[in-house]
Amino acid sequence: MQYKSQAVAKPYFIAAIGLFIGQILFGLILGLQYVVGDFMFPEIPFNVARMVHTNLLIVWLLFGFMGSAYYLVPEEAERELHSPGLAILMFWIFLVAGALTVLGYLLVPYSGLAQMTGNHLLPTMGREFLEQPTITKVGIVIVALAFLYNVGMTVLKGRKTVVSLVLLIGLLGLALLFLFAFYNPDNLAKDKYYWWWVVHLWVEGVWELILGAILAFVLIKTTGVDREVIEKWLYVIIAMALITGIVGTGHHFYWIGAPEYWQWWGSIFSALEPLPFFMMTVFAFNMVNRRRRNHPNKAAVLWALGTAVMAFLGAGVWGFMHTLSPVNYYTHGSQITAAHGHMAFYGAYVMIVLTMISYAMPILRGRQAANSNLSQVVEMWSFWLMTVSMVFITLFLTGAGILQVYMQRYSTDPLPFMVVQEKIALFYWMREVAGLVFLIGLITYVASFFVGGRQPEPKATAMPEPAAG
Amino acid sequence: MSQAFTKAMARNIFYGGSAFFILLFLALTFQTHKAWPERDNRQNITASVSAGKVLWEENNCIGCHTLLGEGAYFAPELGNAFQRLGGKDGIKAFIMSRPKDGIPGRRSMPQFNFTEAELDAIADFLEYVSGIDTANWPPNIQG
Repeated sequence: MQYKSQAVAKPYFIAAIGLFIGQILFGLILGLQYVVGDFMFPEIPFNVARMVHTNLLIVWLLFGFMGSAYYLVPEEAERELHSPGLAILMFWIFLVAGALTVLGYLLVPYSGLAQMTGNHLLPTMGREFLEQPTITKVGIVIVALAFLYNVGMTVLKGRKTVVSLVLLIGLLGLALLFLFAFYNPDNLAKDKYYWWWVVHLWVEGVWELILGAILAFVLIKTTGVDREVIEKWLYVIIAMALITGIVGTGHHFYWIGAPEYWQWWGSIFSALEPLPFFMMTVFAFNMVNRRRRNHPNKAAVLWALGTAVMAFLGAGVWGFMHTLSPVNYYTHGSQITAAHGHMAFYGAYVMIVLTMISYAMPILRGRQAANSNLSQVVEMWSFWLMTVSMVFITLFLTGAGILQVYMQRYSTDPLPFMVVQEKIALFYWMREVAGLVFLIGLITYVASFFVGGRQPEPKATAMPEPAAG
Repeated sequence: MSQAFTKAMARNIFYGGSAFFILLFLALTFQTHKAWPERDNRQNITASVSAGKVLWEENNCIGCHTLLGEGAYFAPELGNAFQRLGGKDGIKAFIMSRPKDGIPGRRSMPQFNFTEAELDAIADFLEYVSGIDTANWPPNIQG
């Protein structure tokens, strides 16, 4: 570790992995409820389990982003973090607030939680992904501000690199756009329109900047390719992300009361949204091919390449599949959407956080650059188990979605929702089995932190020279 | 990437492109605001509809249902529930009829024990939603 204060990243990463486990357990409950409708009813109804599943995902990714920033920024700025104490304080505030919120979901009926937390004073609850009590949302803003101050001061006082600048723009956008979570008009068309300013402009906007910056950092460190080259790529990728993604928000405005010209704007620009993800794939493989050395942390390089491929498949390919408005007319709000959501979140955001953890954690735990071979082999097993099972989760949901769309919306004799759900139950069962394999992969991942701790780390080797070009 | 294409050029594309498309997006949003009064059924947002929206939110209905196609995919679309269930009375009757302990082996909506006024508010809210111009979505009555 080059700077002592980078150590604050460690609790963030540990919390992220802990919450990830919770997220997956609730995902398995949800998957079972799809086929055994009364499972855990009425104690944990579907909506509660889903809220826990999605909110844990968001919170653990935020822990992962913050941990990544705390690790990466001192090294880029070439100085200690502005205030390690503030970072630790915010860690505990965020963790306790997150835990209390999830306990609130599980222990109190949601309407009771709304009463307890005074939702009537500023009603923001009960909208997808923004279910948190208003007080929790205020807490998120405070944590985000303190975090931005801490990271921003570090960058301002130190060396300013493209990587830290892009990361900072992404995080600033994340915090600013979250403020739209507090806007909840009675007019549903407006409510939905601005709700997407949080949701879409996060995951198909500023989060891509965070993703790009972290990926660039890990590639600089593991390949030894000239920073100038990597930073040029980073600029081009994030330029494409925002050029396509901002107006691409229109692909959510087709059927929610907004004017119909959005079908053109949304279709054309979101059809281009796969481009930055495709470039990211080309970028990652190019940089690894041009590497100056073989970094001893092979697992981290695997995660980095995996992120680039899976983000392209999940966000790019599975997103394009249903983004054109004539197609979306039939697929909107079906299991096709669920399929895309799963692979896109896993491929882009879960995997980039795991890439950063894979790169940083051995160093945070006192190693030179990498875990032992044994530990890395176990970690790479977990990579394949989770990634392949996520591909199958996506494929089974896609199968379910195609049948659902056909029977419920496309055929000449459309069937009711629940009738269709029963007819496609086989696919839900298969998805649950794939989910169990994912859990095995996650357990394997956690195990990789506890094996081979005493064994030596592999050595870095130089690449034979004329690889330049 | 070729040497002729410099980092400064890439940076300028990022800042210039982002700024341009943010402005375009804001202009389209401005236009959307002007188009909404014709489409968003705002003239029918009564006090009861507003109260219904609060109930919709404070019971996390979106955690199972979709509304105009957004939400969870566990239970039927409700943007057209007003038409599908046969108006306000149909909606109220369905919500009231839910068994407290669910239905063995099957999905079932919880029993929320709403008052008559609350049931009216939720039905009014769903009636208002059904009047939003959604460009003919969903494709048919099944949602």
